[in-house]
Amino acid sequence: MTRDIIKVKNLKISFFTHLGEVQAVRGINFHIKNGEVLGIVGESGSGKSVTALSILKLLQYPGVIKNGEIVFGGEDLVKKSENEMNKKIRGNKISMIFQDPMTSLNPVFKIGDQITEAILIHNKISRKNARKKALEMLELVSIASPEIRVNNYPHELSGGMRQRVMIAMALSCQPDLLIADEPTTALDVTIQAQIILLLKELQRKTNVSILLITHDLGVVADICDRIIVMYSGLLMEEGSTRDIFYNPLHPYTKGLLKAVPTPEISKENRLLTIPGKPPELLNPPTGCPFAKRCPYVMNICTRQLPPKFRESEHHYTMCWLLHPSCPIKD
Amino acid sequence: MNDYNENPLLEVKNLKKYFPIKKSILKRKTSYLKAVDDVSFSIEKGETFGLVGESGCGKSTIARTIIRLYNVTGGNVIFDNQHLENLTDTEMQPIRKKMQMIFQDPYASLNTRMTVGDIIGEPLDIFKIAYGRDRQNIINSLLDKIGLSSKYANRYPHEFSGGQRQRIGIARALILNPQLIICDEPISALDVSIQAQIVNMLQDLQQELGLTYLFIAHDLSMVKYISDRIGVMYLGKLIELARSQDLYNNHFHPYTKALLSSIPIADPEKSKNRNRIILEGNVPSAINPPSGCRFRTRCVYSMKVCSEIEPELKEVSIEHKVACHLTNK
Repeated sequence: MTRDIIKVKNLKISFFTHLGEVQAVRGINFHIKNGEVLGIVGESGSGKSVTALSILKLLQYPGVIKNGEIVFGGEDLVKKSENEMNKKIRGNKISMIFQDPMTSLNPVFKIGDQITEAILIHNKISRKNARKKALEMLELVSIASPEIRVNNYPHELSGGMRQRVMIAMALSCQPDLLIADEPTTALDVTIQAQIILLLKELQRKTNVSILLITHDLGVVADICDRIIVMYSGLLMEEGSTRDIFYNPLHPYTKGLLKAVPTPEISKENRLLTIPGKPPELLNPPTGCPFAKRCPYVMNICTRQLPPKFRESEHHYTMCWLLHPSCPIKD
Repeated sequence: MNDYNENPLLEVKNLKKYFPIKKSILKRKTSYLKAVDDVSFSIEKGETFGLVGESGCGKSTIARTIIRLYNVTGGNVIFDNQHLENLTDTEMQPIRKKMQMIFQDPYASLNTRMTVGDIIGEPLDIFKIAYGRDRQNIINSLLDKIGLSSKYANRYPHEFSGGQRQRIGIARALILNPQLIICDEPISALDVSIQAQIVNMLQDLQQELGLTYLFIAHDLSMVKYISDRIGVMYLGKLIELARSQDLYNNHFHPYTKALLSSIPIADPEKSKNRNRIILEGNVPSAINPPSGCRFRTRCVYSMKVCSEIEPELKEVSIEHKVACHLTNK
């Protein structure tokens, strides 16, 4: 058994808006093992990005971590001060890459300087050595002629290259965990394939754990070891990539998988859709949030939130259909 | 280049769209960005024609040039037996009635200060088609068609979700009973479960109303699903054209191969076992495209001839055309 690198326990995140409290994340538990790639899938508003931001405590007002623990390296990150987070955690132990590399790089500094800065903040080494390290990092992410590229500004690079620079910067301090929030969504398919391949290779080389957030099921199928499916702030299903794709239990997971056309499906077959839309999180329903869209909805679903049912050792789902006395069986 | 149908609804012949690049204070035109360079295809009545390619390949420019949001630099656009390339704005107006467009971003393409009823009904006002109760009835019947209750007519766009807004955009495009609808990445901004809803709706509408679609997207699996025929574009050129099933099963152009093999498949086993072609580098600039074949800088099969002669789009099998020296022997 490998050890858990991070453990999130009963995390609750709310946004206090003038309309009231929006419960973006409503008590989720998960862990990431050492050297593992965990994918979080979910649609917009499901709480996947806020969860990632809260791990680094980057949530901005009015977003607040209401409850829960984020245990990393034996310590609870929720209790850490801003100063401690900056010095020890952010960019050092845990780093993050974002969807749009153009907005996450500083446009007025050369990329070499930006990577060097990240290294200098967390390591006691000379500027010269830090620069050397920056060059190595650019080489690691397969940027051609890094000695020239270090002197480029972000606008001189293409989208794919910018994302490579972001990855180089994120990995420059040998973090234990890399959080990638939709790292390929803004890129073209051929560039996306390059970046996914790069992430896979780097993961193998450096054994960094990755938390990958995406809505693209194809991307998670390709790179993740385990997947969690989020829906309106709750963790609906959790399992190995094989479990989720070949034995999905939650009707939402099933619906998501069927909504994507496979190359085999032709125009004569209709795509299966999930009717309706997710509930408002301002006043989340008392029962299962998916009940209104669920084809198997039962009386209990609208009244009571289902507990976590265990299907196999690592496969869990929050759905009343799994209850032993449920009348509907497959 | 003749297509298989004698009477296509839309025919694009050798279409060119160059954007001048102005430099210096004198604003002299120094060079051109060749966004679309010599592209020909035709769309039959009732057909869905898909156009795929990466960003900057010119697919949206084609759409905007067809509907004359951009002026044509060269070539012909023939819609319903009428040449559009030299028409003035006033002459274009009756044509636009038959040709409508749906845009990518459902947040940006609806006027936030107009009610949904007015947004959908605006084309009726512009063409002075219906007023008062008639107008309201038409709007209500369209809201019904797109699956929204008619009581929503007095609400504003911000009150709707992304999928609903895209439906409103579709209703606006449908209100004049057009023949051709140009869908420019209509689902890219939507969530997966909503994408399927919109695509199914577009297909139902096509069957019900006999619509013709030009469907532009970079999501190949969706384009393959919805289209009858697909054109693949690279850097302003059409490089392969085939029926959609045919394109997936036997594609010839190395770029098409790479493009298809880089679609992520939502199946871990298949994804692990398949042969991936990962292209090196980026798409070159359209200001200074490579000589000869524009794909040669990233192509693994690049030969001497590729840099010298530009490959023509030639037929390799029935209804299947490829522009590549490997197949054009």
